Amino acid sequence: MSAPSAAPILRIRDLQAFYGESHVLHGVDLDVAEGEVVTLLGRNGSGRTSTLKSILGLVGRRTGSIQVGGQETVGMAPHRIARLGIGVGYCPEERGIFASLTTEENLQLLPRIGAAGMPDAEIYDMFPNLLERRRSQGTRLSGGEQQMLAMARILRAGARLLLLDEITEGLAPVIVQALGRVVQQLKERGYTIVLVEQNFRFAAPLADRHYLLEHGRVVDTIEAGQLSGRMESLQEFLGV
Amino acid sequence: MIQALSGQLLLGLINGSFYALLSLGLAIIFGLLDVVNFAHGAQYMLGAFLAWMGLQYLGIGYWWALLLSPLVVGATGLVVERVFLRRLQGLDNLYGLLLTFGLALVIEGLFHHAFGNSGSPYPVPELLRGGFDLGFMYLPKYRAWVVVVSLGISLGSWFVIEKTPIGAYLRAGTENPRLLQAFGVNVPVMFMLTYGFGVALAGFAGVMAAPIYQVTPMMGSSLIMVVFAVVVIGGMGSILGSIVTGIGVGLVEGFTKFLWPEAANVVVFVLMAVVLLVRPAGLFGRQK
Ligand SMILES: Nc1ncnc2c1ncn2[C@@H]1O[C@H](COP(=O)(O)OP(=O)(O)O)[C@@H](O)[C@H]1O
Ligand SMILES: [Mg+2]
Repeated sequence: MSAPSAAPILRIRDLQAFYGESHVLHGVDLDVAEGEVVTLLGRNGSGRTSTLKSILGLVGRRTGSIQVGGQETVGMAPHRIARLGIGVGYCPEERGIFASLTTEENLQLLPRIGAAGMPDAEIYDMFPNLLERRRSQGTRLSGGEQQMLAMARILRAGARLLLLDEITEGLAPVIVQALGRVVQQLKERGYTIVLVEQNFRFAAPLADRHYLLEHGRVVDTIEAGQLSGRMESLQEFLGV
Repeated sequence: MIQALSGQLLLGLINGSFYALLSLGLAIIFGLLDVVNFAHGAQYMLGAFLAWMGLQYLGIGYWWALLLSPLVVGATGLVVERVFLRRLQGLDNLYGLLLTFGLALVIEGLFHHAFGNSGSPYPVPELLRGGFDLGFMYLPKYRAWVVVVSLGISLGSWFVIEKTPIGAYLRAGTENPRLLQAFGVNVPVMFMLTYGFGVALAGFAGVMAAPIYQVTPMMGSSLIMVVFAVVVIGGMGSILGSIVTGIGVGLVEGFTKFLWPEAANVVVFVLMAVVLLVRPAGLFGRQK
Protein backbone atom coordinates (compact mmCIF):
# COMPACT_ATOMS: atom_id res chain seq x y z
CA MET A 1 0.00 0.00 0.00
CA SER A 2 2.81 2.37 0.85
CA ALA A 3 4.36 2.47 -2.58
CA PRO A 4 3.96 6.07 -3.72
CA SER A 5 3.60 4.80 -7.27
CA ALA A 6 -0.22 4.85 -7.03
CA ALA A 7 -1.79 8.16 -8.09
CA PRO A 8 -1.81 10.26 -4.90
CA ILE A 9 -5.15 11.06 -3.30
CA LEU A 10 -3.54 14.19 -1.88
CA ARG A 11 -0.90 16.02 -3.90
CA ILE A 12 0.53 19.34 -2.75
CA ARG A 13 2.98 21.41 -4.79
CA ASP A 14 4.65 24.69 -3.88
CA LEU A 15 2.01 25.56 -1.32
CA GLN A 16 2.30 29.08 0.07
CA ALA A 17 -0.07 30.21 2.79
CA PHE A 18 -0.80 33.56 4.37
CA TYR A 19 -2.70 34.86 7.38
CA GLY A 20 -3.38 38.44 6.43
CA GLU A 21 0.07 39.93 5.84
CA SER A 22 2.04 37.13 7.42
CA HIS A 23 3.43 34.54 5.07
CA VAL A 24 3.65 31.22 6.94
CA LEU A 25 4.11 28.44 4.36
CA HIS A 26 6.89 28.84 1.81
CA GLY A 27 6.49 25.99 -0.61
CA VAL A 28 5.24 22.74 0.89
CA ASP A 29 5.30 19.65 -1.34
CA LEU A 30 3.88 16.30 -0.37
CA ASP A 31 2.11 13.25 -1.74
CA VAL A 32 -0.19 10.85 0.04
CA ALA A 33 -1.46 7.75 -1.72
CA GLU A 34 -4.82 6.23 -0.85
CA GLY A 35 -4.56 4.09 2.28
CA GLU A 36 -1.31 5.63 3.46
CA VAL A 37 -0.59 7.14 6.85
CA VAL A 38 1.90 9.99 6.78
CA THR A 39 3.02 12.34 9.52
CA LEU A 40 4.00 15.97 9.50
CA LEU A 41 6.77 16.45 12.04
CA GLY A 42 8.34 19.64 13.19
CA ARG A 43 8.83 21.99 16.07
CA ASN A 44 6.11 24.35 17.23
CA GLY A 45 5.47 27.01 14.65
CA SER A 46 6.97 25.02 11.78
CA GLY A 47 3.72 25.15 9.80
CA ARG A 48 2.13 21.72 10.35
CA THR A 49 -1.27 23.06 11.42
CA SER A 50 -1.19 25.63 8.66
CA THR A 51 -0.60 22.87 6.12
CA LEU A 52 -3.73 21.02 7.27
CA LYS A 53 -5.74 24.24 7.34
CA SER A 54 -4.57 25.08 3.84
CA ILE A 55 -5.90 21.79 2.55
CA LEU A 56 -9.33 22.79 3.89
CA GLY A 57 -9.17 26.41 2.80
CA LEU A 58 -9.07 27.71 6.37
CA VAL A 59 -6.04 29.97 6.00
CA GLY A 60 -6.37 33.55 4.85
CA ARG A 61 -4.96 32.90 1.40
CA ARG A 62 -3.04 30.14 -0.34
CA THR A 63 -1.28 29.71 -3.64
CA GLY A 64 0.31 26.75 -5.37
CA SER A 65 -1.51 23.51 -5.98
CA ILE A 66 -3.45 21.20 -3.70
CA GLN A 67 -5.11 18.31 -5.49
CA VAL A 68 -7.53 16.02 -3.70
CA GLY A 69 -8.37 12.94 -5.74
CA GLY A 70 -6.98 14.72 -8.80
CA GLN A 71 -9.12 17.85 -8.33
CA GLU A 72 -7.54 21.23 -7.77
CA THR A 73 -8.84 22.80 -4.55
CA VAL A 74 -6.97 26.09 -4.29
CA GLY A 75 -9.77 28.60 -4.79
CA MET A 76 -12.50 26.18 -3.76
CA ALA A 77 -14.79 27.01 -0.80
CA PRO A 78 -14.17 24.90 2.34
CA HIS A 79 -17.57 23.19 2.27
CA ARG A 80 -16.92 21.95 -1.25
CA ILE A 81 -13.48 20.65 -0.36
CA ALA A 82 -14.90 18.58 2.50
CA ARG A 83 -17.38 16.99 0.10
CA LEU A 84 -14.89 16.03 -2.59
CA GLY A 85 -15.30 12.36 -3.61
CA ILE A 86 -13.22 10.80 -0.88
CA GLY A 87 -14.62 12.99 1.91
CA VAL A 88 -12.12 15.10 3.82
CA GLY A 89 -12.41 15.01 7.61
CA TYR A 90 -10.61 17.35 9.98
CA CYS A 91 -9.73 17.06 13.66
CA PRO A 92 -8.51 20.53 14.63
CA GLU A 93 -5.75 20.97 17.17
CA GLU A 94 -8.17 22.57 19.63
CA ARG A 95 -10.62 19.70 18.92
CA GLY A 96 -13.44 22.03 17.91
CA ILE A 97 -16.20 20.48 20.01
CA PHE A 98 -19.20 22.81 20.01
CA ALA A 99 -20.10 23.87 23.56
CA SER A 100 -23.73 24.63 22.80
CA LEU A 101 -24.33 21.13 21.44
CA THR A 102 -24.67 17.85 23.31
CA THR A 103 -22.28 15.01 22.60
CA GLU A 104 -24.87 13.36 20.39
CA GLU A 105 -25.61 16.60 18.53
CA ASN A 106 -21.89 17.12 17.95
CA LEU A 107 -21.64 13.60 16.62
CA GLN A 108 -24.63 13.93 14.29
CA LEU A 109 -23.98 17.50 13.21
CA LEU A 110 -21.85 16.84 10.17
CA PRO A 111 -23.59 16.24 6.86
CA ARG A 112 -22.70 13.06 4.97
CA ILE A 113 -19.63 13.93 2.97
CA GLY A 114 -18.52 10.57 1.65
CA ALA A 115 -20.16 7.44 0.35
CA ALA A 116 -19.12 5.33 3.33
CA GLY A 117 -20.33 6.86 6.58
CA MET A 118 -19.48 4.66 9.53
CA PRO A 119 -22.71 3.30 11.08
CA ASP A 120 -23.55 4.40 14.63
CA ALA A 121 -23.17 0.86 15.94
CA GLU A 122 -19.56 0.75 14.77
CA ILE A 123 -18.89 4.24 16.06
CA TYR A 124 -20.13 3.36 19.53
CA ASP A 125 -18.24 0.09 19.36
CA MET A 126 -15.03 1.98 18.68
CA PHE A 127 -15.78 4.79 21.19
CA PRO A 128 -18.07 3.33 23.89
CA ASN A 129 -17.79 6.39 26.15
CA LEU A 130 -19.65 8.48 23.62
CA LEU A 131 -22.76 6.36 24.02
CA GLU A 132 -22.82 6.72 27.80
CA ARG A 133 -22.25 10.44 27.60
CA ARG A 134 -24.42 11.24 24.62
CA ARG A 135 -26.66 13.63 26.55
CA SER A 136 -23.79 15.60 28.12
CA GLN A 137 -22.78 18.96 26.82
CA GLY A 138 -19.96 18.40 24.34
CA THR A 139 -17.37 20.43 26.21
CA ARG A 140 -18.18 18.71 29.53
CA LEU A 141 -16.45 15.60 28.26
CA SER A 142 -12.91 14.82 29.37
CA GLY A 143 -10.11 15.76 26.99
CA GLY A 144 -9.81 12.18 25.79
CA GLU A 145 -13.54 11.85 25.22
CA GLN A 146 -13.62 15.12 23.31
CA GLN A 147 -10.83 13.85 21.09
CA MET A 148 -12.77 10.64 20.46
CA LEU A 149 -15.85 12.69 19.63
CA ALA A 150 -13.83 14.81 17.20
CA MET A 151 -12.66 11.62 15.46
CA ALA A 152 -16.02 9.88 15.62
CA ARG A 153 -17.98 12.66 13.94
CA ILE A 154 -15.80 12.73 10.83
CA LEU A 155 -15.89 8.95 10.55
CA ARG A 156 -19.66 9.00 10.85
CA ALA A 157 -19.85 11.67 8.16
CA GLY A 158 -18.01 9.35 5.81
CA ALA A 159 -14.61 11.01 5.51
CA ARG A 160 -11.92 8.69 4.15
CA LEU A 161 -9.09 11.22 4.12
CA LEU A 162 -8.46 12.19 7.73
CA LEU A 163 -6.44 15.24 8.74
CA LEU A 164 -5.62 14.76 12.42
CA ASP A 165 -3.88 17.58 14.28
CA GLU A 166 -2.09 16.52 17.49
CA ILE A 167 -4.79 14.15 18.63
CA THR A 168 -2.69 12.87 21.55
CA GLU A 169 -1.78 16.28 22.94
CA GLY A 170 -2.27 16.54 26.68
CA LEU A 171 -3.87 13.11 27.07
CA ALA A 172 -3.06 10.37 29.59
CA PRO A 173 -0.96 7.42 28.35
CA VAL A 174 -3.84 4.91 28.42
CA ILE A 175 -5.91 7.18 26.23
CA VAL A 176 -3.00 7.72 23.87
CA GLN A 177 -2.74 3.94 23.57
CA ALA A 178 -6.45 3.65 22.85
CA LEU A 179 -6.16 6.29 20.13
CA GLY A 180 -3.19 4.41 18.71
CA ARG A 181 -5.35 1.31 18.38
CA VAL A 182 -8.08 3.36 16.69
CA VAL A 183 -5.67 4.80 14.13
CA GLN A 184 -4.21 1.34 13.53
CA GLN A 185 -7.73 -0.04 12.90
CA LEU A 186 -8.52 2.78 10.53
CA LYS A 187 -5.31 2.16 8.64
CA GLU A 188 -6.18 -1.51 8.29
CA ARG A 189 -9.54 -0.50 6.88
CA GLY A 190 -7.86 1.57 4.21
CA TYR A 191 -8.40 5.09 5.50
CA THR A 192 -5.89 7.69 4.33
CA ILE A 193 -4.47 9.66 7.24
CA VAL A 194 -2.31 12.76 7.63
CA LEU A 195 -1.11 12.90 11.20
CA VAL A 196 0.42 15.94 12.85
CA GLU A 197 2.17 14.73 15.98
CA GLN A 198 4.53 15.84 18.72
CA ASN A 199 4.42 12.36 20.19
CA PHE A 200 6.84 10.61 17.89
CA ARG A 201 6.56 7.28 19.73
CA PHE A 202 2.84 7.36 18.95
CA ALA A 203 3.32 8.19 15.30
CA ALA A 204 6.35 6.08 14.38
CA PRO A 205 4.75 2.62 14.34
CA LEU A 206 1.68 3.87 12.45
CA ALA A 207 3.18 5.88 9.63
CA ASP A 208 4.37 4.89 6.18
CA ARG A 209 6.29 8.12 5.73
CA HIS A 210 7.33 11.22 7.66
CA TYR A 211 7.56 14.75 6.33
CA LEU A 212 9.82 17.06 8.31
CA LEU A 213 8.77 20.69 8.32
CA GLU A 214 10.79 23.74 9.27
CA HIS A 215 9.92 27.41 8.75
CA GLY A 216 6.98 26.53 6.52
CA ARG A 217 8.86 24.17 4.22
CA VAL A 218 9.30 20.42 3.90
CA VAL A 219 13.00 19.97 4.59
CA ASP A 220 13.20 16.19 4.59
CA THR A 221 11.21 13.03 3.93
CA ILE A 222 11.81 9.77 5.76
CA GLU A 223 10.25 6.46 4.69
CA ALA A 224 9.20 4.15 7.52
CA GLY A 225 11.91 1.66 6.53
CA GLN A 226 14.72 4.19 6.88
CA LEU A 227 13.63 5.31 10.30
CA SER A 228 15.94 3.28 12.53
CA GLY A 229 19.04 4.69 10.85
CA ARG A 230 17.78 8.25 11.16
CA MET A 231 16.62 8.30 14.77
CA GLU A 232 19.42 10.41 16.12
CA SER A 233 19.22 13.22 13.58
CA LEU A 234 15.44 13.13 13.82
CA GLN A 235 15.48 13.59 17.58
CA GLU A 236 17.82 16.48 17.21
CA PHE A 237 15.58 17.98 14.55
CA LEU A 238 12.54 17.73 16.78
CA GLY A 239 14.44 18.98 19.80
CA VAL A 240 13.41 16.09 22.03
CA MET B 1 -57.26 50.98 40.52
CA ILE B 2 -56.87 47.31 39.62
CA GLN B 3 -58.42 48.13 36.28
CA ALA B 4 -55.85 50.82 35.57
CA LEU B 5 -53.00 48.53 36.60
CA SER B 6 -54.16 45.55 34.57
CA GLY B 7 -54.79 47.84 31.61
CA GLN B 8 -51.23 49.12 31.71
CA LEU B 9 -49.83 45.64 32.22
CA LEU B 10 -51.78 44.39 29.21
CA LEU B 11 -50.38 47.22 27.13
CA GLY B 12 -46.95 46.34 28.47
CA LEU B 13 -47.47 42.71 27.56
CA ILE B 14 -48.41 43.66 24.00
CA ASN B 15 -45.43 45.95 23.59
CA GLY B 16 -43.33 43.23 25.17
CA SER B 17 -44.56 40.73 22.57
CA PHE B 18 -43.27 42.99 19.81
CA TYR B 19 -40.00 43.56 21.64
CA ALA B 20 -39.62 39.78 21.93
CA LEU B 21 -40.28 39.12 18.23
CA LEU B 22 -37.94 41.87 17.12
CA SER B 23 -35.11 41.22 19.55
CA LEU B 24 -35.30 37.51 18.77
CA GLY B 25 -34.58 38.24 15.11
CA LEU B 26 -31.78 40.61 16.05
CA ALA B 27 -30.26 38.04 18.38
CA ILE B 28 -30.33 35.26 15.77
CA ILE B 29 -28.75 37.51 13.15
CA PHE B 30 -26.12 38.88 15.48
CA GLY B 31 -25.30 35.42 16.81
CA LEU B 32 -24.57 33.87 13.44
CA LEU B 33 -23.58 36.73 11.15
CA ASP B 34 -22.07 39.07 13.74
CA VAL B 35 -24.14 41.84 12.18
CA VAL B 36 -25.96 44.40 14.31
CA ASN B 37 -28.96 44.79 12.06
CA PHE B 38 -29.92 48.42 12.33
CA ALA B 39 -32.39 48.00 9.47
CA HIS B 40 -34.60 45.86 11.71
CA GLY B 41 -36.99 48.69 12.52
CA ALA B 42 -37.30 49.67 8.87
CA GLN B 43 -37.98 46.03 7.96
CA TYR B 44 -40.71 45.92 10.60
CA MET B 45 -42.22 49.05 9.08
CA LEU B 46 -41.90 47.47 5.64
CA GLY B 47 -43.92 44.50 6.85
CA ALA B 48 -46.70 46.77 8.11
CA PHE B 49 -46.65 48.91 4.98
CA LEU B 50 -46.78 45.93 2.63
CA ALA B 51 -49.86 44.74 4.48
CA TRP B 52 -51.43 48.19 4.24
CA MET B 53 -50.54 48.59 0.55
CA GLY B 54 -51.79 45.09 -0.19
CA LEU B 55 -55.13 45.95 1.31
CA GLN B 56 -55.30 49.40 -0.26
CA TYR B 57 -54.25 48.58 -3.80
CA LEU B 58 -54.79 44.85 -4.25
CA GLY B 59 -57.52 44.01 -1.79
CA ILE B 60 -55.31 41.50 0.02
CA GLY B 61 -56.67 41.01 3.51
CA TYR B 62 -55.00 40.58 6.87
CA TRP B 63 -54.63 36.81 6.83
CA TRP B 64 -52.92 36.67 3.47
CA ALA B 65 -50.79 39.65 4.46
CA LEU B 66 -49.69 37.82 7.58
CA LEU B 67 -48.23 35.13 5.31
CA LEU B 68 -47.10 37.11 2.26
CA SER B 69 -45.69 40.23 3.81
CA PRO B 70 -43.04 38.42 5.91
CA LEU B 71 -42.14 36.34 2.85
CA VAL B 72 -41.55 39.47 0.77
CA VAL B 73 -39.62 41.20 3.54
CA GLY B 74 -37.59 38.01 4.05
CA ALA B 75 -36.84 37.88 0.33
CA THR B 76 -35.52 41.43 0.39
CA GLY B 77 -33.37 40.29 3.32
CA LEU B 78 -31.89 37.49 1.19
CA VAL B 79 -30.94 40.04 -1.44
CA VAL B 80 -29.45 42.45 1.09
CA GLU B 81 -27.35 39.68 2.60
CA ARG B 82 -26.18 38.36 -0.73
CA VAL B 83 -25.43 41.72 -2.31
CA PHE B 84 -24.15 43.78 0.63
CA LEU B 85 -23.56 42.03 3.93
CA ARG B 86 -21.59 39.13 2.47
CA ARG B 87 -18.96 41.55 1.23
CA LEU B 88 -18.43 42.89 4.74
CA GLN B 89 -17.61 39.53 6.28
CA GLY B 90 -14.32 39.43 8.09
CA LEU B 91 -14.35 43.18 8.57
CA ASP B 92 -15.09 44.87 11.88
CA ASN B 93 -18.80 44.53 12.61
CA LEU B 94 -19.04 48.31 12.69
CA TYR B 95 -19.26 48.14 8.89
CA GLY B 96 -22.36 45.95 9.00
CA LEU B 97 -23.91 48.25 11.54
CA LEU B 98 -23.27 51.31 9.38
CA LEU B 99 -24.51 49.58 6.25
CA THR B 100 -27.78 48.48 7.82
CA PHE B 101 -28.19 51.88 9.45
CA GLY B 102 -27.83 53.51 6.04
CA LEU B 103 -30.25 51.02 4.59
CA ALA B 104 -32.81 51.91 7.26
CA LEU B 105 -32.48 55.59 6.40
CA VAL B 106 -32.97 54.85 2.70
CA ILE B 107 -36.03 52.64 3.21
CA GLU B 108 -37.66 55.01 5.67
CA GLY B 109 -36.80 58.00 3.50
CA LEU B 110 -38.43 56.41 0.45
CA PHE B 111 -41.63 55.65 2.33
CA HIS B 112 -41.63 59.07 3.88
CA HIS B 113 -41.28 60.58 0.43
CA ALA B 114 -44.08 58.47 -1.00
CA PHE B 115 -46.57 58.50 1.86
CA GLY B 116 -45.72 61.50 4.01
CA ASN B 117 -45.57 61.53 7.73
CA SER B 118 -49.13 60.92 8.73
CA GLY B 119 -50.31 57.52 9.82
CA SER B 120 -52.77 55.30 8.06
CA PRO B 121 -55.06 53.10 10.11
CA TYR B 122 -55.31 49.39 9.35
CA PRO B 123 -58.54 47.64 10.21
CA VAL B 124 -58.69 44.81 12.72
CA PRO B 125 -59.70 41.65 10.84
CA GLU B 126 -63.35 40.71 11.19
CA LEU B 127 -62.66 37.50 13.07
CA LEU B 128 -60.75 39.29 15.82
CA ARG B 129 -63.05 42.22 16.49
CA GLY B 130 -64.70 42.61 19.87
CA GLY B 131 -63.30 41.30 23.09
CA PHE B 132 -63.73 39.48 26.35
CA ASP B 133 -65.00 40.95 29.59
CA LEU B 134 -62.75 39.47 32.25
CA GLY B 135 -64.59 41.17 35.11
CA PHE B 136 -61.65 43.28 36.25
CA MET B 137 -60.85 44.42 32.72
CA TYR B 138 -61.88 44.33 29.08
CA LEU B 139 -59.57 42.30 26.82
CA PRO B 140 -59.85 43.08 23.09
CA LYS B 141 -59.60 39.89 21.04
CA TYR B 142 -56.97 41.27 18.70
CA ARG B 143 -54.64 42.10 21.56
CA ALA B 144 -55.01 38.65 23.05
CA TRP B 145 -54.23 37.27 19.60
CA VAL B 146 -51.04 39.34 19.33
CA VAL B 147 -49.76 38.12 22.67
CA VAL B 148 -50.54 34.48 22.01
CA VAL B 149 -49.12 34.42 18.49
CA SER B 150 -45.98 36.36 19.36
CA LEU B 151 -45.29 34.09 22.27
CA GLY B 152 -46.01 31.06 20.10
CA ILE B 153 -43.65 32.19 17.36
CA SER B 154 -40.96 33.17 19.84
CA LEU B 155 -41.11 29.93 21.79
CA GLY B 156 -41.39 27.94 18.56
CA SER B 157 -38.22 29.60 17.26
CA TRP B 158 -36.50 28.91 20.54
CA PHE B 159 -37.52 25.26 20.38
CA VAL B 160 -36.30 24.85 16.82
CA ILE B 161 -32.98 26.47 17.65
CA GLU B 162 -32.31 24.62 20.88
CA LYS B 163 -33.80 21.21 20.21
CA THR B 164 -33.63 20.30 16.53
CA PRO B 165 -30.90 19.41 14.02
CA ILE B 166 -31.51 22.63 12.08
CA GLY B 167 -30.98 24.51 15.31
CA ALA B 168 -27.79 22.54 15.95
CA TYR B 169 -26.40 23.95 12.70
CA LEU B 170 -27.31 27.45 13.81
CA ARG B 171 -25.75 26.99 17.24
CA ALA B 172 -22.59 25.46 15.83
CA GLY B 173 -22.36 28.19 13.21
CA THR B 174 -22.79 30.82 15.89
CA GLU B 175 -19.81 29.33 17.76
CA ASN B 176 -17.45 28.67 14.87
CA PRO B 177 -18.70 29.19 11.31
CA ARG B 178 -15.31 28.47 9.68
CA LEU B 179 -15.03 25.06 11.26
CA LEU B 180 -18.63 24.22 10.45
CA GLN B 181 -17.95 25.06 6.83
CA ALA B 182 -14.85 22.87 6.83
CA PHE B 183 -17.14 20.01 7.85
CA GLY B 184 -19.05 20.37 4.59
CA VAL B 185 -21.88 22.72 5.58
CA ASN B 186 -22.68 25.49 3.12
CA VAL B 187 -22.28 28.26 5.65
CA PRO B 188 -22.65 31.18 3.19
CA VAL B 189 -26.14 29.97 2.26
CA MET B 190 -26.90 29.43 5.92
CA PHE B 191 -25.96 33.06 6.61
CA MET B 192 -28.26 34.24 3.86
CA LEU B 193 -31.22 32.16 5.01
CA THR B 194 -30.71 33.17 8.62
CA TYR B 195 -30.68 36.85 7.77
CA GLY B 196 -33.78 36.32 5.66
CA PHE B 197 -35.52 34.54 8.52
CA GLY B 198 -34.63 37.18 11.12
CA VAL B 199 -35.84 39.92 8.81
CA ALA B 200 -39.02 38.00 8.00
CA LEU B 201 -39.74 37.89 11.73
CA ALA B 202 -39.51 41.69 11.75
CA GLY B 203 -41.91 41.86 8.81
CA PHE B 204 -44.27 39.51 10.61
CA ALA B 205 -44.20 41.72 13.70
CA GLY B 206 -44.98 44.67 11.45
CA VAL B 207 -48.14 43.04 10.09
CA MET B 208 -49.21 42.08 13.61
CA ALA B 209 -48.66 45.67 14.70
CA ALA B 210 -50.55 47.30 11.84
CA PRO B 211 -54.05 47.08 13.38
CA ILE B 212 -52.79 48.28 16.79
CA TYR B 213 -50.48 51.16 15.97
CA GLN B 214 -50.75 53.53 13.04
CA VAL B 215 -48.88 52.48 9.92
CA THR B 216 -46.29 55.21 9.39
CA PRO B 217 -42.83 55.37 7.79
CA MET B 218 -41.28 56.09 11.19
CA MET B 219 -43.11 53.42 13.20
CA GLY B 220 -39.99 51.26 13.32
CA SER B 221 -37.42 53.86 14.22
CA SER B 222 -39.03 54.74 17.54
CA LEU B 223 -39.57 51.11 18.44
CA ILE B 224 -36.12 49.92 17.47
CA MET B 225 -34.35 52.06 20.09
CA VAL B 226 -36.20 50.22 22.84
CA VAL B 227 -35.58 46.89 21.12
CA PHE B 228 -31.85 47.53 21.07
CA ALA B 229 -32.01 48.32 24.77
CA VAL B 230 -33.82 45.00 25.23
CA VAL B 231 -31.07 43.18 23.36
CA VAL B 232 -28.39 44.82 25.49
CA ILE B 233 -30.26 43.97 28.70
CA GLY B 234 -30.86 40.37 27.66
CA GLY B 235 -27.37 39.83 26.28
CA MET B 236 -26.37 39.98 22.64
CA GLY B 237 -26.99 36.72 20.87
CA SER B 238 -28.95 34.91 23.59
CA ILE B 239 -32.19 33.56 22.12
CA LEU B 240 -34.14 32.75 25.26
CA GLY B 241 -32.73 35.86 26.88
CA SER B 242 -34.13 38.09 24.18
CA ILE B 243 -37.62 36.58 24.47
CA VAL B 244 -37.80 36.73 28.25
CA THR B 245 -36.26 40.20 28.36
CA GLY B 246 -38.61 41.47 25.65
CA ILE B 247 -41.71 40.47 27.58
CA GLY B 248 -40.14 41.56 30.87
CA VAL B 249 -39.24 45.01 29.61
CA GLY B 250 -42.76 45.49 28.25
CA LEU B 251 -44.21 44.63 31.65
CA VAL B 252 -41.77 46.88 33.49
CA GLU B 253 -42.74 49.73 31.18
CA GLY B 254 -46.43 49.07 31.79
CA PHE B 255 -45.95 48.94 35.53
CA THR B 256 -43.96 52.17 35.48
CA LYS B 257 -46.68 53.84 33.47
CA PHE B 258 -49.08 52.95 36.26
CA LEU B 259 -46.82 54.12 39.10
CA TRP B 260 -45.10 57.09 37.54
CA PRO B 261 -46.20 57.76 33.96
CA GLU B 262 -43.53 60.37 33.24
CA ALA B 263 -40.78 57.80 33.82
CA ALA B 264 -42.22 55.11 31.55
CA ASN B 265 -40.26 56.14 28.47
CA VAL B 266 -36.89 56.19 30.19
CA VAL B 267 -37.17 53.24 32.54
CA VAL B 268 -35.88 50.87 29.86
CA PHE B 269 -32.74 52.89 29.35
CA VAL B 270 -32.15 53.21 33.08
CA LEU B 271 -32.50 49.45 33.30
CA MET B 272 -30.02 49.09 30.46
CA ALA B 273 -27.48 51.31 32.18
CA VAL B 274 -27.78 49.38 35.42
CA VAL B 275 -27.41 46.03 33.68
CA LEU B 276 -24.36 47.28 31.79
CA LEU B 277 -22.76 48.33 35.08
CA VAL B 278 -23.54 45.12 36.94
CA ARG B 279 -23.44 42.49 34.20
CA PRO B 280 -21.86 43.90 31.05
CA ALA B 281 -22.62 40.76 29.03
CA GLY B 282 -26.34 41.14 29.74
CA LEU B 283 -28.68 39.13 31.96
CA PHE B 284 -28.50 36.00 29.81
CA GLY B 285 -25.22 36.59 27.99
CA ARG B 286 -22.18 34.51 28.72
CA GLN B 287 -19.71 36.41 30.84
CA LYS B 288 -16.34 36.47 29.10
N1 LIG C 1 -4.05 32.76 12.76
C1 LIG C 1 -2.75 33.08 12.56
N2 LIG C 1 -2.40 34.34 12.23
C2 LIG C 1 -1.12 34.68 12.03
N3 LIG C 1 -0.09 33.81 12.12
C3 LIG C 1 -0.35 32.55 12.44
C4 LIG C 1 -1.70 32.10 12.67
N4 LIG C 1 -1.66 30.80 12.98
C5 LIG C 1 -0.36 30.44 12.93
N5 LIG C 1 0.42 31.46 12.61
C6 LIG C 1 1.89 31.45 12.44
O1 LIG C 1 2.20 30.54 11.41
C7 LIG C 1 3.37 29.80 11.72
C8 LIG C 1 3.04 28.32 11.63
O2 LIG C 1 2.15 27.99 12.66
P1 LIG C 1 1.44 26.58 12.75
O3 LIG C 1 1.03 26.15 11.41
O4 LIG C 1 0.38 26.68 13.79
O5 LIG C 1 2.63 25.66 13.27
P2 LIG C 1 2.62 24.25 14.01
O6 LIG C 1 1.28 23.66 13.89
O7 LIG C 1 3.66 23.47 13.31
O8 LIG C 1 2.99 24.52 15.43
C9 LIG C 1 3.81 30.25 13.09
O9 LIG C 1 4.85 31.18 12.92
C10 LIG C 1 2.59 30.90 13.67
O10 LIG C 1 2.97 31.94 14.54
MG1 LIG D 1 -0.07 23.12 15.37
